[in-house]
Amino acid sequence: MKTLPPDADLVAALRGGDSDAFTAMLDTWSASMLRLARSFVSTHASAEEVVQETWLAVVKGLDAFEGRSAFKTWVYRILVNTAKKRGLQERRSIPWTSLLPPDEDHGPTVDPARFQGPDGAYPGHWRETPAAWTSPENSALNLEIRQVITAVLDELPARQRAVLNLRDVTDHTADEVCAMLQISAANQRVLLHRARAIVRERLADYLAEEKGATT
Amino acid sequence: MNCDEFVELVTAFLDDALDPETEARFVEHLALCEGCERYLEQFRTTISELGRLPPETLSPATRDALLSAFHDWHTT
Repeated sequence: MKTLPPDADLVAALRGGDSDAFTAMLDTWSASMLRLARSFVSTHASAEEVVQETWLAVVKGLDAFEGRSAFKTWVYRILVNTAKKRGLQERRSIPWTSLLPPDEDHGPTVDPARFQGPDGAYPGHWRETPAAWTSPENSALNLEIRQVITAVLDELPARQRAVLNLRDVTDHTADEVCAMLQISAANQRVLLHRARAIVRERLADYLAEEKGATT
Repeated sequence: MNCDEFVELVTAFLDDALDPETEARFVEHLALCEGCERYLEQFRTTISELGRLPPETLSPATRDALLSAFHDWHTT
């Protein structure tokens, strides 16, 4: 990934109509913007339209950037708002803050049945150690692992998916994610943890050595 | 610390966001529990596999349209 100039220089170049600066920014940020947009809309084509609409808004609205946040945060907020609106139109995603299933962000991330109950020898400890995984380094598995992960990403609730995409798929920091999505550090961590635990569980179904070995 | 508490703290641990006392209990448990050691390792594997997904790209047509839009905005 290219390194873009500091915000002040980048924004000045863009305001001056510097096409190279715009191209560099477009090529550096669009991949993660597409992933983030896909958290809210149902198809790649829709996500691409959201990203396009966002960039057009950025081009036309550059003068409105006041430098109160990082420039990237400003751009990603426009993206999130655009994608949410689009998602609502598609009736696929639920509003960001309302109508969430109340337990989506609460409760254990590992099935409590995996742990010993109060009558066990070691209450709260594993009944059975999680099964070891076949090494995903095995290149024959790579494509299938990608398919498993892509499928589970599609099933995650929008907010979890947005955080997971930003943190783990496109490598943003926790602080950046909080600023882009306007959520607290604690909330960010909860969403990320839940999403990772779901993906881990799905990978376990696929990679666990004991399971399916004899079929 | 019990395993069912440990599994909920993994992301906070990896982000270095546990308070020192909890972190000490987390590490102490990790040293003694093979199951949680494996769980943590699989969490790390999960994160690294997520990071290996191929980048999404804009279609060349969209990219060209945006470059033209930028150009037009600044020349007209």
